[in-house]
Amino acid sequence: MSQNDQKAEFLKGTLDMLILKVVALGPIHGYAISQRIQMMSKDLFQVQQGSLYPALHRLEDRAWLQAEWRATETGREAKFYSLTRKGRKQLETEVRNWEQISDAVALILRTVE
Amino acid sequence: MYWFRRLFRKQQTERQLDSELRFHLEQRAAELADAGVAPEDARRCARIEFGGMEGVKEECRESRRVHLIETLLQDVRYGVRMMRRSPGFTTVAIITLGLGIGANTAIFSVVNGVLLSPLPYPHPEQLVALDESKPNFQFGSISYPNFVDWRDQNHTFSAMAIVRGTGFGLTGAGDPEQVSGLLVSSQLFDMLGVKPVIGRTFKTGEDAIGAAPIVLIHAGLWQRKYGSSRDILGQSMTLDGKSYTIVGVIPVNFGLDQGLGKVDVYMPIGQWGNPFLKLRTAGLGIHGIGRLKPGVSVVEARADMERLTKSLTAAYPEEDKGIGASLLPLRDKIVGRVHVLLVVLLTAVGFVLLIACVNVANLLLARSTARTREFAVRIALGASKSRLVRQLLTESTLLALGGGALGLALAAWTQGVLVRTLPDALPRVKEIQLDVHVLIFTLLVSLFSGIVFGLAPALRTSRPAALAVGNRQSANRMSHRTQSAFVVVEIALSLVLLAGAGLMIRSLVRLWNTDPGFDAHNILTFGISLPPSMMKAPPPAIRAALRQLDDRIASIPGVQAVAPSWGAFPLQTDDEAVFWMQGQPKPKSPNDMNWALSYVVGNDYLKIMRTPLLRGRFFDASDDERSPHVAVVDEAFAAKFFPGQDPLGKLINLYDNSGNNGSPLVQIIGVVKHVKQWSLDKDGEELQPQMYRPFMQLPDAAITLTPSGIGMVVRSQGDPDALFDSIRRVMRRDNGEEVLYGPRSMEAMITQSLAARRYAMFLLGGFAALALMLAAIGIYGVVSYVVGRRTQEIGIRMALGARRVDVLRLVLRQSVWLIAMGVGAGLAAALALTQLMTSLVFGVSASDPLTYFCVTALLTGVALLACSVPARRAMRVDPMNALRCE
Repeated sequence: MSQNDQKAEFLKGTLDMLILKVVALGPIHGYAISQRIQMMSKDLFQVQQGSLYPALHRLEDRAWLQAEWRATETGREAKFYSLTRKGRKQLETEVRNWEQISDAVALILRTVE
Repeated sequence: MYWFRRLFRKQQTERQLDSELRFHLEQRAAELADAGVAPEDARRCARIEFGGMEGVKEECRESRRVHLIETLLQDVRYGVRMMRRSPGFTTVAIITLGLGIGANTAIFSVVNGVLLSPLPYPHPEQLVALDESKPNFQFGSISYPNFVDWRDQNHTFSAMAIVRGTGFGLTGAGDPEQVSGLLVSSQLFDMLGVKPVIGRTFKTGEDAIGAAPIVLIHAGLWQRKYGSSRDILGQSMTLDGKSYTIVGVIPVNFGLDQGLGKVDVYMPIGQWGNPFLKLRTAGLGIHGIGRLKPGVSVVEARADMERLTKSLTAAYPEEDKGIGASLLPLRDKIVGRVHVLLVVLLTAVGFVLLIACVNVANLLLARSTARTREFAVRIALGASKSRLVRQLLTESTLLALGGGALGLALAAWTQGVLVRTLPDALPRVKEIQLDVHVLIFTLLVSLFSGIVFGLAPALRTSRPAALAVGNRQSANRMSHRTQSAFVVVEIALSLVLLAGAGLMIRSLVRLWNTDPGFDAHNILTFGISLPPSMMKAPPPAIRAALRQLDDRIASIPGVQAVAPSWGAFPLQTDDEAVFWMQGQPKPKSPNDMNWALSYVVGNDYLKIMRTPLLRGRFFDASDDERSPHVAVVDEAFAAKFFPGQDPLGKLINLYDNSGNNGSPLVQIIGVVKHVKQWSLDKDGEELQPQMYRPFMQLPDAAITLTPSGIGMVVRSQGDPDALFDSIRRVMRRDNGEEVLYGPRSMEAMITQSLAARRYAMFLLGGFAALALMLAAIGIYGVVSYVVGRRTQEIGIRMALGARRVDVLRLVLRQSVWLIAMGVGAGLAAALALTQLMTSLVFGVSASDPLTYFCVTALLTGVALLACSVPARRAMRVDPMNALRCE
């Protein structure tokens, strides 16, 4: 039980960053975000809808994302997310943090070997 | 403001959330359909992939910060719906809480007005009460010359003033009447920041002896006598036959709260005709107030005054020997006496609320068992545990706020009654009101009680075990354990309250049965002032007028006996005589002489008071101004000054501080029983020896003061209050120039002297009764519940051959155990808490075994009675029915 919790917690942080990264490429709706993440990670990440939408709403609530309703190519109304100025900064910080951590982890792994 | 706007666009947000998620599903379904899945299956697959739609939605809502308020609103709406659906439960809960919160609000409003709110003067923390400390009195009267030196020679006060209550006969403005007056020194009003309505207050120097005669009048008198006319400034007013110029009007809300009552006229103290005012040794009932300079502490001021009084003692070794200054923060001086009473009442009323909370918690607990399924369904639909607890707490807080509203209404409604029935002894009564502080208090108490009684049931209900619908049995056992704890707590709290009330009842019975040394039944006292023409009359004329007055009143039907009274009177005023024994050298300072209470009375006084004469004789007509000076003393006097000797025939030198007549040699001619001068309860703590002197032997200097008012004591045949009216009628008819005022029966005086205690007894008794009732209901509820749950088990037992007595024993055994635990805990708590009341009880110890035994018996009896109703129901269980039920 507790192990699962830890994993979910870990993923949540990264999920936010991945979403921001994907949205940074241009306005995009929720379904496309999940598709894009899955595709870009070469199917390594299977984004659970159960966590994607709450994450989107959380990011919107923090004003890192802004949303707007507009028509898709098929003519359906959908909620499109785009990055705000605050969101861009947040993305930069998170990417920097991530790189630091992954560098550090990689360093440790290499040294210990 | 973004979240705020969104709060009101909730429906739109909901719609958008819905279509956003629906769009996702459709996209997924379309994609699957493209991949060749049949449309029906594609939609189903998409849904399965997505997972719980409602759960995701709830999570989305939760990731928005406005969520708290939204859920609160939602919970409130839901709570109101639940309350409406069970009106019986809601009504009982709100009434129970309303009673508890209402009682708390009412008592807190008193505590707030009396103890907590600052005195209504600017910088009240700088104000101190000033008194002279003397060998016999810690808070004695300040003599005028000492006051002048204190005021002019201190380094720590920015202002200092003295006051002395008095009365005046007001003539020349409608019917003659007695008005209450306050003699003050000039700085009083400026020091207290009092601004006159019109005119001015007194200026420096106007309080000196021999200054021009001026007065200030109170706005109440201004309105009553002068129709609030602005023309009265500069007009004259006749008080005790002398005319004074009115220079200003004092606002209606001004009053010094030191037991001085209402005041009609303020006069500079230098105008007082009392010849003793100039004497440094005179004790004339003058007390002081001072304002400390900014930044000066009471301790520093005490040191300063000690230095000052020591230098005065050095300068006036005879007069000021042993004289110091007592300083107390003014607020403490005013409210100090009632502090304990109010703290006890607030504690008691807090207990009542706790019991009410426990009762409602019990109700909630019983109901939450019934709602188990509802919560299980909500959890299945995705509600988190904390969400359920929050929901339940919201519901209980709603109930508490309902109770708070009802309580506030009750408090507002009873406020008038409460304030009216408050003993006069309670200071600052007019500052009691339902102000913002009280409202905040009520709100906090309501929220607090909502959480107190809501938390246990809420946590219990949201326990996973309680939610497993199939596992009802274990949930019941747990909630039963909580309920048992509630019963124990209720019984314990009730016992504490009952013990407090019991102690007060025992104290009052003791006090009522105390022999005060006189027979208070059918005694009337009132004040009388002679016609203004007598104010300047020579002493023989005054004596003649007084004798005539005595005869006139004695001849009125219904009057059995009448006597004038001067100086001390039991439970009302005190006055002291100072003397030394014949044959001994005269002590230099009066403070080194012997002190006794001084009663100067008419010859029939003993007949009226029915104080037993122990030896010798009392005064008769032969003891007048021309005959040798005589005195009658009480047993305490005899024991203190003539231990082991016969006091009859002994001579004492009476110190006359005016110094005019020398010091008369007085012979003791009788001994009477001691009377309770100070109070029924604390008489022994003050000056004990008592001395009576015949009225006509008052020195001339004192006789000239009597026309402005003396006391009259009358033994009546019937109702003393009715007699006063007929005496006044007869006096008016005869010539109508005397003013009769302030009628009080001796019984009323005793009642009043016990008022604070009686008040405590009634309130504590009321709270205890309320607690007992709530506890009985609580116990009844729990036992009924348990019996109801065990009906089936009882049925089986009976089917297997248990007798009714066995069933009764089964049910009662458990209850008796709970009651015993509650009583045990209660006794321990009561023994500790009643120590608070030590100063309120009289004649019994705070751990009086009889009181404890009685209240324990009463509580146990009531608790058993409450159990016996459901227990008898259990006895009548029909085994067949019980078994068929399942």
